[in-house]
Amino acid sequence: MNYFVIFLGAMLVNNIVLVQFLGICPFLGVSSRISTAIGMGLAVMFVMTIATIAVYLIQVFLLVPLSLEFLQTVAFILVIASLVQLVDIVMKKVSPPLHRALGVFLPLITTNCAILGVALLVMNREYNLPESIVFAIASALGFALALFIFAGLRERLELYDVPKAMQGAPIALVTAGLLALAFMGFAGLA
Amino acid sequence: MSDVATPTDILKENVWTSNPIFMQVLGICSALAVTNLLINTWIMTLGVVGVTAMSNLTVSLVKSFMPRKVRMMVQTLIIAFYVIIVDILLRAYMPDISRALGPYVGLIITNCIIMGRAEAFAQSNPPLISIWDGLTSGFGYMGVLLTIALFRELLGFGTLFGYQVLPNAFEPWIIMVLPPSAFFLLGILIWVAKSIMIKQGEPVA
Repeated sequence: MNYFVIFLGAMLVNNIVLVQFLGICPFLGVSSRISTAIGMGLAVMFVMTIATIAVYLIQVFLLVPLSLEFLQTVAFILVIASLVQLVDIVMKKVSPPLHRALGVFLPLITTNCAILGVALLVMNREYNLPESIVFAIASALGFALALFIFAGLRERLELYDVPKAMQGAPIALVTAGLLALAFMGFAGLA
Repeated sequence: MSDVATPTDILKENVWTSNPIFMQVLGICSALAVTNLLINTWIMTLGVVGVTAMSNLTVSLVKSFMPRKVRMMVQTLIIAFYVIIVDILLRAYMPDISRALGPYVGLIITNCIIMGRAEAFAQSNPPLISIWDGLTSGFGYMGVLLTIALFRELLGFGTLFGYQVLPNAFEPWIIMVLPPSAFFLLGILIWVAKSIMIKQGEPVA
């Protein structure tokens, strides 16, 4: 039951993009097409889960015993950066079209606040390993879900005549605001 | 950016014409979350200004020793160094604000603006002008965030920096405290900025 609460909480109630504002850069950047949104969502899901496990182990077996907790941020960002590199290499080999589509955004996962943010949140809330994994997967699913819905909305928006000054970021942000408003409806769930 | 850029040009460019938030929509990730109270925003953006300026300086100083291949890593480490200093200072001197900002201080590190400036400017410019570039970029960011925070705190709580300014009869707008308002306000702000720029005939990306 506990895991279920964590899962629902991380995915819907405290959606990392719409409620915690993590990972907005890729959220706005790769959301103009549904297909790239799915790719990005999958990449983030993969990286986030592995990164959280790696970061958790480093925290428990390296930083805490040596009382180096203040190095948390550096250690985490390094782990995440190398993991992203790995995903980059694997994806280039396995699926070149997807790799081309995601382009510059894959290296940008390193600076995707969502990954580091989830890692830091897990440490903040003092979850154990299984709880952390559930939290990471649920957060990533939440990210993918928000990205997917948002990409769908933006594909529709392209057909409409948006005022010049409103084009691009402003209309995207207003749309994101409406989506966030919709997600507030989940507030009572967990 | 050419080498003829004067400090005033840089100021105008970073604060207005290519303001990191208006034009590039960078670095809003860790930022929207802290704009519900002016005081939090103020401290957070001060941290960002400091980190941007100092990391620009450092990157500019060490750029000739840095092998090109590992420069991203080195830049990240430099930025992380300053973020940790900011984090420790906050924890020591302002524990309340540190708690309120939570993980978002650590997330300064992933603020695309800082990395962007280090890569785009400090990497190819002398130290002094790099500090200036870092400071002004930070100010551009600070200006936008403080504007958002001003509206959110004023309408959401009826206060400014924690002081009551609106009469008690004012019914606070709950939505201003909630996350969606940050998106709406930023969207409106960029919209206004873009409209003004189109009027002035500036090229809009």
